[in-house]
Amino acid sequence: MKTNKRILVAASLLAAANLASAAGTLIYCSEASPEGFDNAQYTGGNSFDASGHAVYNRLVEFEQGSTKLQPGLAESWTVSPDGKTYTFKLRKGVKFHTTDFFKPTRELNADDVVLTFDRMVNKNNAFRKAYPVEFPYASDTGLDANIVAVEKVDANTVRFVLKEPDADLLAKIAMPFASVLSAEYVGQLMAAGKAADINQKPVGTGPFVFKRYQKDAQIRFAANKDYWKKGAVKVDNLVFAITTDPSVRFQKMKAGECQIMSYPKPTDLAAMKTDPKMKMISSQGFNIGYLSYNTEKPLLKKKEVRQALDMAINRKAIIDAVYQGQGVEAANPIPPTLWSYNKSLKNAAFDPAKAKALLAKAGYPNGFEITLWAMPVQRPYNPNAKLMAEMIQADWAKIGVKAKITSYEWGEYLKRMKNGEHDTGLIGWTGDYASPDNFLGVLLTCEAVGGSNYARYCSKEFDQLVLAARKSNNVAERTKLYAKAQEVFKRDLPWSTIAHSTVNQPMRKEVNGFKISPFGDYTFQNVSVR
Amino acid sequence: MFTFILRRLGLLIPTFFGITLLTFGLIRMIPGDPVEVMMGERSLDPQMHAEALHRLGLDKPLYAQYFDYLSNLARGDLGQSLVTRENVWAEFTTLFPATLELALCAMLFASVVGLLAGVLAAIKRGSLFDHGVMGISLTGFSMPIFWWGLVLIMFFSVSLGWTPVSGRLDLMFDIPPDTGFMLIDAWRAEAADPEYNAGAFKDALMHLILPSIVLGTIPLAVIARMTRSSMLEVMQEDYVRTARAKGLSPARVIFVHTLRNALIPVLTVMGLQVGVLMGGAVLTETIFSWPGIGKWLIDAIGRRDYPVVQNGILIVATLVILTNFIVDILYGIANPRIRHAK
Repeated sequence: MKTNKRILVAASLLAAANLASAAGTLIYCSEASPEGFDNAQYTGGNSFDASGHAVYNRLVEFEQGSTKLQPGLAESWTVSPDGKTYTFKLRKGVKFHTTDFFKPTRELNADDVVLTFDRMVNKNNAFRKAYPVEFPYASDTGLDANIVAVEKVDANTVRFVLKEPDADLLAKIAMPFASVLSAEYVGQLMAAGKAADINQKPVGTGPFVFKRYQKDAQIRFAANKDYWKKGAVKVDNLVFAITTDPSVRFQKMKAGECQIMSYPKPTDLAAMKTDPKMKMISSQGFNIGYLSYNTEKPLLKKKEVRQALDMAINRKAIIDAVYQGQGVEAANPIPPTLWSYNKSLKNAAFDPAKAKALLAKAGYPNGFEITLWAMPVQRPYNPNAKLMAEMIQADWAKIGVKAKITSYEWGEYLKRMKNGEHDTGLIGWTGDYASPDNFLGVLLTCEAVGGSNYARYCSKEFDQLVLAARKSNNVAERTKLYAKAQEVFKRDLPWSTIAHSTVNQPMRKEVNGFKISPFGDYTFQNVSVR
Repeated sequence: MFTFILRRLGLLIPTFFGITLLTFGLIRMIPGDPVEVMMGERSLDPQMHAEALHRLGLDKPLYAQYFDYLSNLARGDLGQSLVTRENVWAEFTTLFPATLELALCAMLFASVVGLLAGVLAAIKRGSLFDHGVMGISLTGFSMPIFWWGLVLIMFFSVSLGWTPVSGRLDLMFDIPPDTGFMLIDAWRAEAADPEYNAGAFKDALMHLILPSIVLGTIPLAVIARMTRSSMLEVMQEDYVRTARAKGLSPARVIFVHTLRNALIPVLTVMGLQVGVLMGGAVLTETIFSWPGIGKWLIDAIGRRDYPVVQNGILIVATLVILTNFIVDILYGIANPRIRHAK
């Protein structure tokens, strides 16, 4: 009876949309409301899924389900020999969405790209002044400091001028924060004194047209019939059903109230796999969970101590218990799916006796006391930090090391870790963009001490390799440099690398074409419901 | 009566200030500021951090921030969310109807069932029914809302398929939130286009059932127990015995002489339950993905969205205080002894 009604309503929706082919509505159970729809000012995946991926496009984009780059709104680009000038040729015939609140009079051109980036890098930009917000990713990726100018060469050509060469520029501007806005729409908003509406009523060039948002309830989109990627939109309507609790998301999917959901609970996976109405795809996560040693503490300055602690950790047991088998042992600070991953590096074998001998050699035959910090939150790279800490504590006890488990509220935890108050601490990272620099540079260079370099590791040798790679545009050369940097990392052992988690994506059987994004994004281009 | 109301009103002013001070202080005692929370594991450029704090006015000393807050309040300005950059009052008014609709339905459920069960238990004191009702209500009172909600969902929504799992309306319906009360919006949409929106009202009603039961469970237990004990007390009174002795029908004795008098403490308890409903709404809304103010406040605390936390809680607290104030007055009207007490 209920299903009948649903079909009836779906049919009437279709009839109303007056469509020849029955394509249907895709309902995605997302876990939280987006912070807003203006990607440049946010860092959260919910905002990126709801606007960056659904409504907008970028100059360069990631291939669906991959870390490879492909042309987006830019059809092609050239890089100057010194690596400081990038020239992008824009795609012609790209239309911005027509909505209740905006009717575009022209197609995409260079003005749109200039506005998008100038706003983030130029403090005197008129739009930035009219709507003052922060640009965390532009700052975090160093673009705000490194981009000298974004210039219009002609209507369909844009030039980026950099202070220093940045081999990762393309990967960085493929992130949702660099979604291309409509300069015409922004002009209209500013003229009306409503610049802030960019955050509530997005207008882009992407696969779906924004319809309506009800906070904490739903976001509705309609297919963009004029989408420049022909045939990439395979549903008529896309709905985000915002459902906070993972168990409820699962129940909703079971009941057919949504077809695909975000972040399943690890304990629900078994039930999902056996459910006849569901299917599961999985992929290796673009992340690393690790234990960071504060290398500035006198005790942990000694490499033998770090080696001994590392050797005493039973990684296999941790992956079985903490990740419920949904992860692979990590030997490197970057995930295996990322280019330049150094396959030759291995973890020292789990060997408590040898670890104890190493400790004795370092002058601690009876062990010592140490703090072991455990994150208070669940993260894809570490689903249960408390349990992981308890297991490491037990492992270390066997070599005479008494670890005191410490935890704080998440914000406080990060702040204190950044200040270097811990001895050893559990933490991790999920890649923002597909470059080894996003792991090695962000997490292990001297400049990141006080930031995300929780080990406070500062090695000239390592830094030189990573910084040289950052400036080179030659992928083969960069690969060599990064592979060498990983060797230096493994030799110095500022972390015990623990695991790269596996990402599991349950969905109903009628969903086709969905690919897991390495970055954890939900993109519904090329996705259909039967 | 007038001085009584004035006296009660006078008490509201310090309460109000207490709340502003508490919410202002408590949210700032949680470590981390909105900018830090947004950056998470990423590194935070100190200059950007300082600029952002300055723009948000969070670099001023605490007393100055508190003073700004109060002077904005005095002007009726509740500020903007630091995260969504929407006006706090606007966000509240879009979300509150959902909470109110749920709270009213939960209260309706709790009052009707609670009163009935309490009265019957009192009449049949010591019977199996009495013990059953009291046992169940004790269980209901101690039930963890989260667990209870999930159990109901699994049983009624997933296994039996009687009710929807969560949300306020099937997503196949696309009904604009004109009033924000889904029952009314769905009713009007269905009336306007009976074919296209067929079944919308019933669907909205079905969505309300489980959350109302879950949210109403604790108030139901309290009301049932209170009604029973108050009934039993009143039944011992001389005037009830007199009424019986006069030969009045048992129904008249129970409903006119006993229940009416027994209702006074029950009413107070119902008033107090408004606060409980607001607290329970936070959990219920989370389980049922109900887009109300409970979820809104929880998110705001997580994101250190100071204006939303401060003013959101202030509005809710004011509503609770006002409800209790009205109950006080009603109580005063019903019972002159209270009105004249010093």
